[in-house]
Formats: sequence, C-alpha cells, structure tokens
Amino acid sequence: MGAQLRVYKRRIKSVTATKKITKAMEMIAASRIVKAQRQVVASTPYATELTRAVTAVATGSNTKHPLTTEAETPVRAAVLLVTSDRGLAGGYSANAIKAAEQLNERLRSEGKEVDSYIVGRKGVSYYNFRERKVVESWSGFTDNPTYADAKKVAAPLIAAVQQDTAEGGVDELHIVFTEFISMLTQTPVQNRLLPLSLEAAAEDSGTKGEILPLFDFEPSAEDVLDALLPRYVESRIYNALLQAAASKHAATRRAMKSATDNAGELIKSLSRLANAARQAEITQEISEIVGGASALADATAGSDK
Amino acid sequence: MAAELHVELVAADRKVWSGEATLVVARTASGDIGVMPGHQPLLGVLESGPVTIRTSSPEGAGTVVVAVHGGFISFADNKLSLVAEIAELADEIDAQRAERALERAKSDSDAAAERRADVRLRAVAVR
Repeated sequence: MGAQLRVYKRRIKSVTATKKITKAMEMIAASRIVKAQRQVVASTPYATELTRAVTAVATGSNTKHPLTTEAETPVRAAVLLVTSDRGLAGGYSANAIKAAEQLNERLRSEGKEVDSYIVGRKGVSYYNFRERKVVESWSGFTDNPTYADAKKVAAPLIAAVQQDTAEGGVDELHIVFTEFISMLTQTPVQNRLLPLSLEAAAEDSGTKGEILPLFDFEPSAEDVLDALLPRYVESRIYNALLQAAASKHAATRRAMKSATDNAGELIKSLSRLANAARQAEITQEISEIVGGASALADATAGSDK
Repeated sequence: MAAELHVELVAADRKVWSGEATLVVARTASGDIGVMPGHQPLLGVLESGPVTIRTSSPEGAGTVVVAVHGGFISFADNKLSLVAEIAELADEIDAQRAERALERAKSDSDAAAERRADVRLRAVAVR
C-alpha cells in the first residue's frame, strides 16, 4: 500500500471513531432534554400558585415591603448569570454570557454598580480570565438542578436584597438564563426578579386582568409577604435553572448532531481521496509494468540484430 | 351532597394531590385553621405539620393526610391551594424509616432533620 493511501485510511479511521462518540453524545443529550423538560413542567404548578399568591398580597394590601418597592435612586444591582459546567454545546454559554454583558452595560449606563453571581463553570472561567470580581459562584449541578440547589443559590441573593444598600446590599435583582422555547429555539433572556413588577408577574401566571378577591391574611399581610417573597425568588431561580438545563441539553444535541454530520461529510470526501489515491497507484503500477516490458522488448529487439 | 371546595396541593417539584374536599384543616403561624366551602378569601403561612383533607369523592368520604414542611395556604373562589416546598402524602411515608431518621437526627443533634422526621411521624400518627 502506498504511503498516501495509508495516510488517508488512518484519517478515515480516526474520524469514524470521532463520529461514533459524537453520535452517542447526541443521543444522550436527546434523552436528557425530555427529562429536563418534564421537570420544567412539573415545577410549573408551584411557580404559578406562588406567583398568584404574591400578586394577591402585593395588590390586596398597602404594605410597603423592601422587596416590592422600587428604590428612588438604585445604586447597586445583582445579576445572576446561569451558564453550564461543560462545553460541547455550541454557543450556549457564550450567548448567555453575551446577554449578561449587555445587561451589565445597560445597568452601568444607568449609574448602577453591578454585583455578579454566577452559576456554572463556563461563566466562572470567563470572569476569572478577565479578572472580574464575582461575588459568589456555584457549579456542579447545572445538568440536573434540584430545588435544594436553587435554595442554595437564592439564599445569598435574598440576603443581599434585604441588606441596606449602604452596607453592601443591592436594590435590584436580575437573572440571565437561556429560556427553553422549543427543541430548536433557545434564547438567552434577562429578567428582573426584584423589585417585583406586578404586571410581569401576573402575565407569567396567566392571571392578567383577573380581579383578585380581598384576602384575609394570616397572621398579617407583612408576615405573609415576608415569608412569601423568598420562596418566590427561590422558585423563579429553580425554574430558570431547569430551563437552562433543558436548553443546555438541546444545544448539546444540536452541536453534536452537526459534528456527526460533519464527520460523515469528512469521511465521504476522505474516502473519495483514498479511492483516487488507490486508483493512481494502480495506474502507476500498470504503466510501470508496461514501460518495463516495452523497454525489455526494445532491448531484446536491439540485441537480435 | 355537601358543598365542595377544590384542593390543589403542590410541592416545589411536583403536584402532590388534587381533588374535591369538604374540609381542610391546617396549622398556620397563629393556630389551627379549618377551611370549609365558602370560606372568606384567605392567605396564610403554614407551620410544618400534618394537614388533614376530608375528601368527598363519589365513592364516599375519605381522609387524606399530608406532611407539609412549611409553605402557604390560599383560598379564593372555592379553590384552595396548598403550596409547600416539600409535601408528602402520609401513605407515602415509611414510618419505620422516619423513626430511624428521628433517632439519627437526635444523636447527631441535627435540628432540621429532627423536625422533618417529627412532622412525618405526626402525619403518620394522624392517619
């Protein structure tokens, strides 16, 4: 076998192995999307009921709560960025980071300081590489987040919101994550969680325009709101983590599918080249034999004379 | 047939139970409260503990007991929502396991785990 043909054969073998791996990853991601989607659906009733209750308290009482009233001059905002722990997901993390950058830019132009909180190793390494300050970061659960993880993430954020701005607290809480719209579309979104905007909250729970009855609060409206809002933030963060996980799997699936397709293309063009090389080798051998035979024939013809 | 109210019991990651009921008894921060159909709109903070639901299915009345770990009760338009981070039907709870958990929590002096196990056991006792 000729040297060139051997090189082609080796490359085909290695690309075939890569194709097998990417194909397997694609199928794993596809099965995980379904699971993640089911989790998103399962968590929806809780989020809906909570949002409805929060809307009821906030509209049905005249309580002023730090978590629902907008500060007159907000000076600091917290941004929670949800990325993934692992790569091989196309532009998934990069797009979320870009959306967070835009939000940071906008908040700074409004004269607010930005405190960054990050979920996922990809986001952390992006910020570390640029030597930016990260207040807190979490990783290790982005593929399969649980409610306990959401609570862990929410705790310092709620504490920061409840703290006085002068002592390092924040006035606003934003979250950037990748929304799972369909198997094919996932878009990074920027949401403001706090202070609560009631219209947006009502729209989320599908209760817009619904007139809420006058509630009797047990023990009191303030206490209910105190207990309700942290749960609300937790449930929103939980929902964001679940959607981000589903989006991550969808992005992985798509990236791996195109990797598999590309590997197939590569194998095809490499085998064409290998065939051409083999053919060229055969042609050369034949012409060498023919040439050798005719030279031999010429030599014998000459000696005959 | 007695008047009914619709109950939705949801935990953070799933819907635990839903159906019709005639009476729901839960413990709020300021004491036990019983909700019957036509109660005035209510929104309260729940204490960890068992919640009793008197059901009224066509086959006859029954009782569903749920261990609720914190959460809220809200009632409006004859619809009652129990929203809890963690909620378990008493039938799902393994009493022996909960007892073992209680023993372990006591020896480790883990207050949170002890409270959780205690709530479970109380729900099983009501059942």
